[in-house]
Amino acid sequence: MFNPFKKTQYAELNITDQIQDRPLEKCPLCKEIILRKELVQNLKVCPKCNYHFRLGAWERIKILVDVESFEEINEGLVSRNILDFPAYQEKLNEARIKTGLNEAVVTGKGLIMNQATVICVMDSNFMMASMGTVVGEKISRAVEHALTERLPLIIFTASGGARMQEGIFSLMQMAKTAALIKKMDEAGLLYVTVLTDPTTGGVTASFASLGDIIIAEPNALIGFAGPRVIEQTIGQKLPDGFQRAEFLLEKGFIDMIVQRGKLKETLAELLAMH
Amino acid sequence: MLPFEQELEILTQKIRDLEEFSSKHHIDLAKEIDLLKAKEKEIRQKLYAEITPYERMQIARAPNRPNTMDYIKHIFTNFIELHGDRLFGDDQSIVGGLARINGQPVTVIGHRKGRDTRDNLKYNFGMPHPEGYRKALRLMKQAEKFKRPIITFIDTPGAFPGIGAEERGQGEAIARNLMEMSAIKIPIIGVLIGEGGSGGALALAVSDRFIMLENAVYSVISAEGCASILFKDASRAKEAAEALKITAQDMANFGIADEVIEEPSGGAHRDPKLVMDRVKDSIWRFLSELKDLNVDELLEQRFVRYRRIGVENLAL
Repeated sequence: MFNPFKKTQYAELNITDQIQDRPLEKCPLCKEIILRKELVQNLKVCPKCNYHFRLGAWERIKILVDVESFEEINEGLVSRNILDFPAYQEKLNEARIKTGLNEAVVTGKGLIMNQATVICVMDSNFMMASMGTVVGEKISRAVEHALTERLPLIIFTASGGARMQEGIFSLMQMAKTAALIKKMDEAGLLYVTVLTDPTTGGVTASFASLGDIIIAEPNALIGFAGPRVIEQTIGQKLPDGFQRAEFLLEKGFIDMIVQRGKLKETLAELLAMH
Repeated sequence: MLPFEQELEILTQKIRDLEEFSSKHHIDLAKEIDLLKAKEKEIRQKLYAEITPYERMQIARAPNRPNTMDYIKHIFTNFIELHGDRLFGDDQSIVGGLARINGQPVTVIGHRKGRDTRDNLKYNFGMPHPEGYRKALRLMKQAEKFKRPIITFIDTPGAFPGIGAEERGQGEAIARNLMEMSAIKIPIIGVLIGEGGSGGALALAVSDRFIMLENAVYSVISAEGCASILFKDASRAKEAAEALKITAQDMANFGIADEVIEEPSGGAHRDPKLVMDRVKDSIWRFLSELKDLNVDELLEQRFVRYRRIGVENLAL
């Protein structure tokens, strides 16, 4: 049995080690060489070009949630290789070792500027945050937690899509999570999604697109079909900026783009207004 | 003739040639021909008895397989097609409208595929744009208002990976269908008649009862797509089809399909009327079953159908 009120758990970021090993980082966008220390202090946003580096789930929680206020729930949920899919178990094991996570989403409860909320953060370091049974189940339980405690829900999405290795069970997580989000609607509870780079596939086509308010980080790739698949299908190169956050804002599919440095106060104000 | 039937087809043709030759030249080859026919029967039985997921996938995609329009014409009367999503356009790859089954008005919605290149281009090979899902949802809401049960026919390779589809938010359109369909206050029966490709299929498939044709396939990604991503080789689709567990029998085992409709040996196209009659019986039986539920029971049962999926696979 899990205990939703277990003692706060914090993963300490190994920033100092990384800084000692590799003191410099190259920005993938502007190619500038940045001091890693400076980058970390700037919430992993390139000080030269505003490129938002991808964050791990615990990094995100650390910069977002009030100190010591986060309580993880359902951290022990792990999937089995349901379909006996070739090499899946090995990939899961590798991802667990690499990230220190059990699965591609961390869920829990915490305070944002003193306001209680349920929070889910997907981590693209874990098998590209693909959604299998456990991701769907953890999101579903987090929604149920919000419903029971009448709390708002914030989900930080990132995903390469459905987890192929779990076949149809992955696809069904889309219907499952969407059905739960409907319950947030019926309960009159606030649901905010923050789309981070990259949010694609089955996650876009389920809970990510269903927020009462949808926020995106600058330049995040957001879409259903992956850009490579589209290029192969239509046989032409995609225009610059296609499927980026700014493109989605222009097309009317997100409410706002928020700089990482402004995210906490934006969310806090949204929570306060509801 | 499907790719996996090629060898059998060659043998059948050889027998026909021999028969022709024998009668034309008055040479008695009866013994040889009988022998070959016995062999052919043996091969045929074996071929269809041990049909692999990859072969079922080929049957599910067969151009002459009964499609949504065939089912609509055969099962229902008085079909009145309704068009458009009231937002952008009318997606030809999803057809919907009013119809009667055994006299009862229902709303029917399904993916539309063509038989030839011209129609397939018109219907975009059954791959919807966001307008299609939005049209479907509009018709479902309308059905809800007038308390008409909804019957959906699912048959699509998947959502269309194109610029317009992304610009107009196909992710949002699919997501909204999934969310709204979970709470539509009337019975929904889904029938997977051919290809159940990923999100494009699921957007019409959230239902109270799910019927699947014996050779239909349901998958989170095409076998080719899966092979090219995971095995870095699209030609290993056969392996991927096995690994993904996509058959009707798999879905019945997983508790995702409530009923599997048996097809004649070789596939539904060998006897469409028989298959469509069976589907009609099944739809009618499920409709009668669901009629007895009040709205709360209906929605609770539908919710649980999806809420429980995968839970038994978790290890704590």
